[in-house]
Amino acid sequence: MSLVTDTLSADRAEAVARAQAQPGLADVADYLALLKPRVMSLVVFTALVGLVRAGGDLHPVLAFTALLCIAIGAGAAGALNMWWDADIDAKMARTRGRPVPAGRIAPGEALAFGLVLAVAAVTMLGLFVGALAAALLAFTIFFYAVVYTMWLKRWTAQNIVIGGAAGALPPVIAWASATGTIGLESLVLFLIVFFWTPPHFWALALLRSDDYARAGVPMLPVVAGADETRRQILLYAAILAPLGVAPAWLGFAGMLYGLVAAALGVAFLALAFEVYRRRRGESAAAAARRLFAFSILYLFLLFAALLIEAMMR
Amino acid sequence: MEHEQKGIVLTEEQRRRRQRRSIALALVLALLALLFYVVTIVKLGPQVMNRPL
Repeated sequence: MSLVTDTLSADRAEAVARAQAQPGLADVADYLALLKPRVMSLVVFTALVGLVRAGGDLHPVLAFTALLCIAIGAGAAGALNMWWDADIDAKMARTRGRPVPAGRIAPGEALAFGLVLAVAAVTMLGLFVGALAAALLAFTIFFYAVVYTMWLKRWTAQNIVIGGAAGALPPVIAWASATGTIGLESLVLFLIVFFWTPPHFWALALLRSDDYARAGVPMLPVVAGADETRRQILLYAAILAPLGVAPAWLGFAGMLYGLVAAALGVAFLALAFEVYRRRRGESAAAAARRLFAFSILYLFLLFAALLIEAMMR
Repeated sequence: MEHEQKGIVLTEEQRRRRQRRSIALALVLALLALLFYVVTIVKLGPQVMNRPL
């Protein structure tokens, strides 16, 4: 209860006051921003790959509906995250322009928007596609909005490690949409995104640790220091590189994917090692920036290779 | 007789934004109705017509 009381504090009251003082300021773009479109694009892409790899005999219209519901569900989780985190967002340079801390949308509006979209996405997926997929989508939204946003994010430096499960579930939801089951291949895709998340976010956190410290978010660089973060980035990269090749080892994917995944894994590991080695000054920041940028390309190319292979079959 | 304006008076920009929000909402609802129609046909197929009158 104290967590609730603390969070509904002066910062949020200020955000409400700002939004009420400027009625009607929200534009369509502000509501779209609440959906975290960049995160959504990653979610949709990994889900699309899960859907295509699963095969099955799902009608294309229902496949599109499944992707739409997963996208809306991800957007709903983003809106609920922005509602709860308005006080933190207001303190960080990267996020203070978001619609709620900037006062263009009142926190209550963001909450209502997120809840309506979450209920709509889960209901539509359940009625049109399948119960298992809908249950997984509901769990994902709950995990991101409640377990990660309300609990883990402000409590532990392992926040994005455990919370990363929410971002890794979309291929599993898509797989369940196509087949009605959870296949081993979808779990391997889950693990790839799950182990990709910490080095991706910690590379960014190394660059923004002052921001996180000011907002009181216990990210790993703030709590354990930059050097420990660099060590853990290298550790996760060492797990991720062979895991990325696993679909080829396990026989799910072919030679093309295996080669692409191996090359990308080596590059990821090399950049993580650079982050580990360069610890001071501008070269350290440049190494973290390179790893962060490459991590996005890594995941995109890995899943694109899976998609291309499936389409060539 | 001149009417005195009461309550919140929106600026021109606020009016424009409200109009854009309304149009976006109308489009979303129209697309949703279309999606429900198409999904119903896909799921039920010709059986959608096969019911007692």
